[in-house]
Amino acid sequence: MALLEVQDLVIDIPTASGVLHAVSELSFSVDRGETLAIVGESGSGKSLTSLAIMDLLPRVAKRRAARLTFDGTDLLSMREPEMRKLRGSRMAMIFQEPMTSLNPAYTIGNQLMEALRCHEDVSAEKARARAIELLERVGIAGAERRLLQYPHQLSGGLRQRVMIAMALMCKPDLIIADEPTTALDVTIQAQILRLLHDLKKEFGMAMILVTHDLGVVARVADKVAVMYAGAIVERGPARAVFKAPSHPYTRGLLNCIPVPGRTAPGTPLGAIRGQLPNLIGRLEGCAFRDRCDFAAPECAGPMRYVPIDAGHDVRCIRAEARKAVA
Amino acid sequence: MTDIALELKNVWRRFEVSQGAFKGKATLTAVADVSLQVRRGEVYALVGESGSGKSTLAKMLLGLLPPSSGEILIDGAPINAGNRIAVVRRIQPIFQDPYSSLNPRKSIEQLIALPLVVHRIGDGASRRTKVREMLDMVGLPARLLDAYPGQLSGGQRQRVAIARALVMRPEVVICDEPTSALDVSVQAQILNLLLELKRDLGLTYFFISHNLAVVEHLADRVAVMYLGRIVEERTRAGLFATPRHPYTRGLLDSVLTPDPDLGVPDTHLGIMNANPMAVQNGCPFQPRCPSAMDICATQPPPVTALPDGWATCHLLQEEALASQ
Repeated sequence: MALLEVQDLVIDIPTASGVLHAVSELSFSVDRGETLAIVGESGSGKSLTSLAIMDLLPRVAKRRAARLTFDGTDLLSMREPEMRKLRGSRMAMIFQEPMTSLNPAYTIGNQLMEALRCHEDVSAEKARARAIELLERVGIAGAERRLLQYPHQLSGGLRQRVMIAMALMCKPDLIIADEPTTALDVTIQAQILRLLHDLKKEFGMAMILVTHDLGVVARVADKVAVMYAGAIVERGPARAVFKAPSHPYTRGLLNCIPVPGRTAPGTPLGAIRGQLPNLIGRLEGCAFRDRCDFAAPECAGPMRYVPIDAGHDVRCIRAEARKAVA
Repeated sequence: MTDIALELKNVWRRFEVSQGAFKGKATLTAVADVSLQVRRGEVYALVGESGSGKSTLAKMLLGLLPPSSGEILIDGAPINAGNRIAVVRRIQPIFQDPYSSLNPRKSIEQLIALPLVVHRIGDGASRRTKVREMLDMVGLPARLLDAYPGQLSGGQRQRVAIARALVMRPEVVICDEPTSALDVSVQAQILNLLLELKRDLGLTYFFISHNLAVVEHLADRVAVMYLGRIVEERTRAGLFATPRHPYTRGLLDSVLTPDPDLGVPDTHLGIMNANPMAVQNGCPFQPRCPSAMDICATQPPPVTALPDGWATCHLLQEEALASQ
């Protein structure tokens, strides 16, 4: 049984001009010890999806799903007090901006220990020992001294490490990391990603990595879900998706980034014409069809997933036709 | 006209930084002894991480901040208080974030025409024609003339920013992270546009970025900056094929290409950000350098000439001595 199962997740946001369908019919699952990357550009609904799993959506957003289970427990019917017990203990989240997600008025030690003592009945000494152990584990030297420091006294890379340590305080089964390295310098990003990857293995955790960076995804993910306009357009094992990208949007995205050795310097990069469609009102057919080179009249009709390979499928009814041409 | 569009001679910039209510002021050296020459028609890229001084350098090039010492020359003419406005019109900026660099209360037409108004060029009618020309050049429809930035997407806003920079027909454009606030699909469109405009108008770009894949795609020459100093300056091909400074090597190792067969690289650089307040006597990179030697902590590294540029590292100096 998968650790997390999401089936037909829908997130609607009522606005003055109609209902905004931020996420529609999203299905995916994450196994123990597995890393799923959710990739997409701004407005694709990837961050809302991660918030929906934790039941942390803004009040206006409405969540529906056919099935949403964590380790066999139904999350849809769970009330807030029970959800709060789960959050931070068995499911933890790492946010993009470590400066805004740490409380500036409390010391690092205070916040780390609180994360554990909220959920488990342990003594302050034990919590402190665990905090020191984890700070050392994430590579922070002089952990005891750091416990007494405030967030502003740490650099961005260190703060992000503190966030990771905090997420690990209760030994969660699932970590959701929303753009954990986007705010960091490139040399620091590589170190943090390595660390997350090593810790994930060591603790046997599952991870959902939400990002827009295809380079990061290719290097750390086991499975990939590519999101466009609130829907997963392609999903499968990372290798398969990167070796044989099959949705026109996935291919378009990969052509947009210059890759040393593959793109000749100074030549035009591939670009996706047009813009993200308006997600307000009734949506039918493929949301990408206005920007797609392969669009046909039937793309305005009902969509389904077409299998490409084992575990790899695309939300494109033209996939077979395109395969036949290629 | 000289061949050198832009030149920096031993430019320094220091800031006085308050350290708290009861402590004295400290001096932060944001740009230290930078000398460089940008040739006409080339794309000169400046690469560095946060705190390396790239944006301070850009501000000085635009005449927004005077250097503490040293000289900045545009077309061989030094920028000074007397000629700042005349000189600076030949050099125009494109900033990182098109959400904050465009005044939300001004229409697109007003925004693009503003440099012409500031420099008192033309009258209303001729400005209007020019603005229309510019919109067309950056690929925006004329119907957007009366729109406001709030109605535009990120990519469209960056096109407006480009149109505004080019309406003065500058020779040099300072691009300060022009695509890092944009989505990948939009980034590609903007980079293509910048390359196209450079070809059509014969522009010179001073391109500031931390995205090495983008730099490799469009630069002719690259300078790597660390804590206010340029540590390596090479041709694009040379730098990416055989980086010589350990910091450049670490930077290149950190680039994550979308290749599922490769894991996350180990850069051996540690997790500490560079601290601009704690620069010692020796090499500024010494605290993070995986191959630091004793001499690095005490002696600033000398410049070693390379066939296609130069680098400052004690290791290179040792190599040069060994080969003699």
